[in-house]
Amino acid sequence: MHIVDGALSNPVVIGGAVLAIGGLAQGLRHLPMEKIPAAGVLSATFFVASLIHVPIGPSSVHLIMNGLAGLVLGWAAFPALFVGLLLQAVFFGFGGLTVLGVNTLVIGGPAVLVGLLLAPRVQAGSQRSAAIWATIGGGSAIALTTGFVAVALALTGDEFLPAAKLVFVAHIPVMVVEALLTGAAVYLAKQVKPELFDDLQGVPQ
Amino acid sequence: MSPVISTLDKPLTATGANRQLSWLGRIDPRARIVAAAAFAVVVVACESFLVLGAAVGVAFALLSVSRLPAVRTMKRVAAMDSFILFILALLPFTVPGEPIFTLWGFPASWEGLWQAVEIALKANAIVLALMALVSTMEPVTLGHALHSLKVPEALVHLLMFTVRYIDVLREEYLRLRQAMKARGFRPGTNWHSYRSFGYLVGMMLVRSLERSERILGAMKCRGFTGRIPLLDRMAWRPGDAVFAAGFALMLVGLAVMELSYGAA
Repeated sequence: MHIVDGALSNPVVIGGAVLAIGGLAQGLRHLPMEKIPAAGVLSATFFVASLIHVPIGPSSVHLIMNGLAGLVLGWAAFPALFVGLLLQAVFFGFGGLTVLGVNTLVIGGPAVLVGLLLAPRVQAGSQRSAAIWATIGGGSAIALTTGFVAVALALTGDEFLPAAKLVFVAHIPVMVVEALLTGAAVYLAKQVKPELFDDLQGVPQ
Repeated sequence: MSPVISTLDKPLTATGANRQLSWLGRIDPRARIVAAAAFAVVVVACESFLVLGAAVGVAFALLSVSRLPAVRTMKRVAAMDSFILFILALLPFTVPGEPIFTLWGFPASWEGLWQAVEIALKANAIVLALMALVSTMEPVTLGHALHSLKVPEALVHLLMFTVRYIDVLREEYLRLRQAMKARGFRPGTNWHSYRSFGYLVGMMLVRSLERSERILGAMKCRGFTGRIPLLDRMAWRPGDAVFAAGFALMLVGLAVMELSYGAA
């Protein structure tokens, strides 16, 4: 879900950029140099995950997995996902340049929200309860992302409102798929490497 | 296997030296990044179709001098998100105005159509210019250029690590997919597939984190203290100044056109 240049009104684009810069600053505060290799490798993981296409009925969707990124990285998910979006814009032509702030907010904002609210439960819970919370987190991250897109479009103008509503409805299957995948991923990670969810939830320096 | 993040057919020599195919590629990376950003801001602010057409022309000119494979680049740019295409297709029906035709009882308006065309022109001009100016850089050069443009060091390091490991992890992903295929996995719309994809992502996370621990260990062995010195010294040459001046002039030209024609 990448909004392109020229679609949104100037106040929305500027507001998005300002909020994204704030989010980046906050995310980098949670990212001491010691943790940058881990965050970079995980950022690359989420970039690769976004290249995976998963079938839904006759069609297929590519993964976003921002909920999972939030659960693993916490605040650091914001700069990590920003880097992914920047690379996608520059090298793949996905999204755009002036809307980079809005796009980061749309993808990274839900990731951080899910991370802050649910990561403690995933860290502390048993394998099963962690997977259930992750399922909720994975689904709600996509719901929030679609919601944020709808808000950005609605703030731009009423003419986008019907489209925004339809986009939200059309993404319900994606929410289900991402929820299931996030749950399964956390179920496996909790079994194989439970400390995955503790290591990167750094405290600010 | 070709790298994921590479738009050029390898301008690299085996030593990793930065050899560019076109004169545009030899312009200072900082100038190209700033030029792309300035172009984006100016084009987004314009509304007249004449100016937007000129902007698309400029973008195509940049594309042709950048020596990017034109057809492949344009395919990438045209493959916009289905979600954006959908929103553009709906615009004529949701913007009130003079009707063109009626589809299933919904009138389509000229105003909406023009708005959709305007967005499409802006988006394509900016993305084409961005790819022509910036994507011809080695991703590592992009990191260095951003650093000397005062982007915070932590963010630059994050970018460099991400760039460095995307291909490594994609190979890992393809190995895991191959292993799944060898065991008879065929993706479909069912619980088993989704669980398997979830486990795949989870496994990639686990392996990535373990890899990053080894990386950090190896870096500490070599004296990593939390800072990576960025060695690439960029030199501003006369040609870069000419490019910057010419590009600025072009942008002013677009702005003047917008001001004189846009009001009409």
